[in-house]
Amino acid sequence: MFSDLRLGVRLALVTIVLAGLLTVSFLLGMGIGPSGNGIFELLAAVFGNGDPQSVFSVIVWKIRLPRIILAAAVGSTLSLGGLVFQALLRNPLAEPYILGISGGSAVGAIGGMLLGFSPFPGMALAAFAGSLLILVLVVGLISGNTSIGRDSLLLGGVMMNAFCGAIIMFLISITQTSEVHQILFWLMGDLSMSGLDRLPVLLTILPCFAVIFVLARPLNLLLAGRESAASLGINVRRLTMLLLLVTTCMVSLVVCQSGLIGFVGLVIPHVLRLLLGPDHRLLVPACILGGASYLILCDLLARTLPTSGEMPVGIVTALIGAPLFIVLLWRSRRCR
Amino acid sequence: MPVISVTGLNLCYGKRQVLQDISMHVHRGEFYLIIGPNGSGKTSLLKGLANLLPIAKGKIEILGKSLTSYTRRQLACKLAVVPQQISLDFPFSVAETVLMGRAPHLGLIGIEGAADHALAREAMHFTDVAHLADRPLDQLSGGERQRVIIARALCQQPEIILLDEPTASLDPAHQIQIMDLMERFRVEKGTTVIMVSHDLNLASLYGDRLLLLHNGRVEVVGPPNEVLTAERLAACYGCAMLVEKNSLGQMPRVTPVPQKYSLVV
Repeated sequence: MFSDLRLGVRLALVTIVLAGLLTVSFLLGMGIGPSGNGIFELLAAVFGNGDPQSVFSVIVWKIRLPRIILAAAVGSTLSLGGLVFQALLRNPLAEPYILGISGGSAVGAIGGMLLGFSPFPGMALAAFAGSLLILVLVVGLISGNTSIGRDSLLLGGVMMNAFCGAIIMFLISITQTSEVHQILFWLMGDLSMSGLDRLPVLLTILPCFAVIFVLARPLNLLLAGRESAASLGINVRRLTMLLLLVTTCMVSLVVCQSGLIGFVGLVIPHVLRLLLGPDHRLLVPACILGGASYLILCDLLARTLPTSGEMPVGIVTALIGAPLFIVLLWRSRRCR
Repeated sequence: MPVISVTGLNLCYGKRQVLQDISMHVHRGEFYLIIGPNGSGKTSLLKGLANLLPIAKGKIEILGKSLTSYTRRQLACKLAVVPQQISLDFPFSVAETVLMGRAPHLGLIGIEGAADHALAREAMHFTDVAHLADRPLDQLSGGERQRVIIARALCQQPEIILLDEPTASLDPAHQIQIMDLMERFRVEKGTTVIMVSHDLNLASLYGDRLLLLHNGRVEVVGPPNEVLTAERLAACYGCAMLVEKNSLGQMPRVTPVPQKYSLVV
């Protein structure tokens, strides 16, 4: 059985299987689109046999590739963010979007945009500041009391989201330029605006992934409770602060690029936890690879489902994620 | 030299002071029980010893060194805590939970080796949960779960183990099973056992010495027959207590007296 295998073997298996899934999603994303399907044309374009100036080749390299890389980065960051928040707050329903963290960075990013900041680092820093503010409010709400935890945390997050939504609408209402449509589309979660030049910014999330992977075992200990972890030798406060900062940093970074894409951090960690168990040493790499594949496939649906044009990928993830959230909430109430 | 030595300790929860001027000395290999009425500060004292509450005043020494001079990890190598309850929101399997006891010896990013797995297996056999190794923690009964957490503590290879009411909400047979387990732990491993308990009779049956807390202060420390006297218990608990000799080994047996019999005592 899977759980009898040694950790290293399990880790290798999980990585290989999910890397395979990611490769398949990547090829599907590259090959399928409104302007031409075909795995053979794709292979020709990739391996240089085709005409590099052909329309299809340009679409694959200049439009689809950056979009897929962005989808992968956003998907892995959001699922990893969900995983970490769930562990730190010991609440299986926590997720950057639900907690209002994404909303906070959206407020920051739009504010930065309207103030005329450059996308990087100006807007990113404004987004980071916005999400940190929400994080402090949400964590302050539950700190010192573990028994009120679950429901008040979610309620607090919902209110944060409502509040951020109001601020965003206010900012939009005072905007008079043609940027309004663009902001609205971005808010719904949109990957279509990426270009290759934006991608180097995304490299900064890789160190964040590394830090979280290294801290996966202490994170396991935290799941049994703060005092229990402390008595096993963990400096809980330092670990929590470090992880919250790193996670918020990478989440706000991708929110700047992609807008509000919700529920990815809920769906992926839950599915993977069902399959792999609660060990974060497996879940962290699995969430990175699985989340990337998931958002590439969601984006593929967003690009191909509408008969004309396309829809923001945030709509697809919400259509999948929100019902799952309700099922999980219902189940957790029934268990008590 | 005592393994734990507390002098003039005050502890606070936020602004509220819960313990005042506590002094206690626990010797190596002792079965030491902390008793007292609800709200007398038993659990706070235990948390203080585990460095889970900040010291407001006074001094705690563990194995001759000041508690505050230990890092969390160093302390966890010497002292294990069995909490009343652990969170089950993300249930690990029994084997995984027990293996977590190795954490302080591995450091932040260490990976468990064959020796650690062997220790975890031994700990599971010791507390008789080896047959449950692959079961998730949330599917176990209260007594089984308590034995798993004790196995985790055993796996930590501590010199001192602190337990917070491990027998609460267990039936008598399971209470005795846990207490016997801790007695075996103490005798076979030479571990010092410090336990908070509500059950005066279990305390009397197992304790080398008892510390009776009342309103955040030490009322008395001593062997069961000195601590468990009718007058003192009545004063602390605010309820008449009948204290007799237990026919098993001449330890005091305590019975709270219902009102309808109060004239008899």
